[in-house]
Amino acid sequence: MTSPASETRTLHGWGRTAPTVATVITPRGPDDVAAAITGAGTRGIIARGLGRSYGDPAQNAGGTVLDMTGLSRIHTIDADTGLVDLDAGVSLDTLMRRALPFGLWIPVLPGTRQVTIGGAIGADIHGKAHHVVGSFGNHVVAMTLVLADGSVRELTPEGPDEELFWATVGGMGLTGVVVRATLKLHHVETAYFKVDTEQIGTLDELMRRQTEDDEKYAESVSWFDAVTTGEHFGRGLLTRANHAVLDDLSPKQRRDPLKFDAPQLLTVPDVFPPGMLNRWTGKAFSELWYRKSPTKLGAVQNITQFLHPLDIAGEWNRAYGPRGFLQYQFVVPLDRDDVIREVLSLVTAAGQVSALNVLKRFGEGNRAPLSFPKPGWTLCLDIPIGPGLGELCDELDRVVLDAGGRHYLAKESRTTPEAIRRGYPRLDEWRKVRATVDPEGVFASDMARRLELI
Amino acid sequence: MMDAVGNPQSILLLGGTSEIGLATVEAFATDRPLRVVLAGRASTRLDEARTRLEGRGCAVETLDFDAVAVDTHASVVDKAFASGDVDVTIVAFGLLGDNEEAWTDAAKAVELAQVNYTAAVSVGVLVGDKLKAQGHGSLVALSSVAGERARRSNFVYGSTKAGLDAFYSGLTEALRPSGVTVTVVRPGFVHTKMTEGLKPAPLSTTPEAVAEVIVHAVRVKQELVWAPAPLRFVMSALRHVPRPLFRRLPL
Repeated sequence: MTSPASETRTLHGWGRTAPTVATVITPRGPDDVAAAITGAGTRGIIARGLGRSYGDPAQNAGGTVLDMTGLSRIHTIDADTGLVDLDAGVSLDTLMRRALPFGLWIPVLPGTRQVTIGGAIGADIHGKAHHVVGSFGNHVVAMTLVLADGSVRELTPEGPDEELFWATVGGMGLTGVVVRATLKLHHVETAYFKVDTEQIGTLDELMRRQTEDDEKYAESVSWFDAVTTGEHFGRGLLTRANHAVLDDLSPKQRRDPLKFDAPQLLTVPDVFPPGMLNRWTGKAFSELWYRKSPTKLGAVQNITQFLHPLDIAGEWNRAYGPRGFLQYQFVVPLDRDDVIREVLSLVTAAGQVSALNVLKRFGEGNRAPLSFPKPGWTLCLDIPIGPGLGELCDELDRVVLDAGGRHYLAKESRTTPEAIRRGYPRLDEWRKVRATVDPEGVFASDMARRLELI
Repeated sequence: MMDAVGNPQSILLLGGTSEIGLATVEAFATDRPLRVVLAGRASTRLDEARTRLEGRGCAVETLDFDAVAVDTHASVVDKAFASGDVDVTIVAFGLLGDNEEAWTDAAKAVELAQVNYTAAVSVGVLVGDKLKAQGHGSLVALSSVAGERARRSNFVYGSTKAGLDAFYSGLTEALRPSGVTVTVVRPGFVHTKMTEGLKPAPLSTTPEAVAEVIVHAVRVKQELVWAPAPLRFVMSALRHVPRPLFRRLPL
């Protein structure tokens, strides 16, 4: 067998900021992964999936990066139990296409399906259903991890290596390389959602409603306008849904109730100048986004309409121009909803434009020391890189951390090691587990260096 | 590591007492404290620079560095990179010299050439090698508009900067595939100790203003900048002025 493909490449995250150069190896199986790990140089090695993390966790300047998309087999799908055994490089998109015909649904879906299983575990991703089903790690029944010495370990959430299992969930790839996993999927009758969309005039009302009756819905998320000033400031859309059952569908939809209706219609070309998103385009976008969804209860929507409107366009991050953008996502405890308002007013006062503002109420967190979700409000802002943004984010850090909040590492691209230490009080516990399996620090990434995770 | 908005975490200043260099470190340090390595000849000025940066919350290490002692450069650069990645390196040492003395005294001319050109090339090679290995980083070299067209009043200095400028412009391309950005900075007349007592040229500037230009250049990965920016167009015009006219210009 020949050795896997290897090339020198410049890598960046979805935000297209802080690129660095690494040797990228594309393994085709666990043996290739083990060989690459034991052969890694002093700058170490890290796994990379589809590059949807916004910052630098899947980069390793001067070192080795494993392109895991080569491990792309779904081994078995059990329609009765909902158990799926698959390679870590399989994307949620692929899994969904294969599992839906069996009436199986991935319980945790983030804002895009272009995420690998390995990445979903490493970042312990969450979705609109978090208040009911928790994060991705909660649905992993078993995983296979290749360790720093090239050995292979089978992990389960409550087995002999449970500590390592939970250190790997949310561990940003720094405990080893996940090569294979078994997931437990949910059963659904249809691939459609029964959606309640409500236009809500103020941010306070938006939060009150989510507190009041989110439990009635399997999925819940809200978007609000942080660009339009004056009386419409903070107006929003509350979108909540349950899986549609057969009776909810139209006769036409009923003919193919498990239809995977999620096309990618275009790829955004890389031609946009910086400054495409400014106060004016931001305002226009916010107006359209708000107007497109008048209050409507019980509408039946497909995957694209409800879950992944952005997946219609490939490489949409290019529309932000060459300087890129960042997502600022944090969670604060439920009783600190004042932080959401304060953050908003700071953003507006700084004159920054964030058009995609997503607010959600999280349910319970899980056991993983570095898992992001915990009970509280999570807010995600989306801001193009420009003057003053660094200072603004530093200011937001202070507000968020003082309230007992923390950053989401899959989005993080600019904070300080201190902020992560404060936000993740169990960081040292995680480090201890890591030290037992990677004492030499073979697994390393730009993020790990920048935030002193290792 | 450099973050998404262009904040570095560590800086190496070669020419640890350079006013432009220190102003640049301070400008970066206003947002966040940094790990700083100051490489320069041991002196009270170097100690003062250290104290000043420590006052801003920076963790400062000083290294004994003599530009003329080219043999020692490798060990200085090794030490500078020993405690971790260096995000920004600034090559800021240099001598102005007295032009009349320099063009009539071989020893003086050679000294200028060694410090401003030979030593700059030497550290450029050594630092470039380190940056290539770490797969990221920004390398800033202080050139001068004096290197763009030799003037009667300042041509020895100008010739050394022309050499430095050409070397680092080439290094920009050589290191690009390794994820390293090299930035050549061409300041005009800067009010510093180096230019004390000299008649300021038009568009003269301050170390702080040059620092601002450098910080921005590093953040957005510009490879060639003038300080102040309009000098770019001035120099562009001056390069094409016919000699008989050029020599009459009061420069």
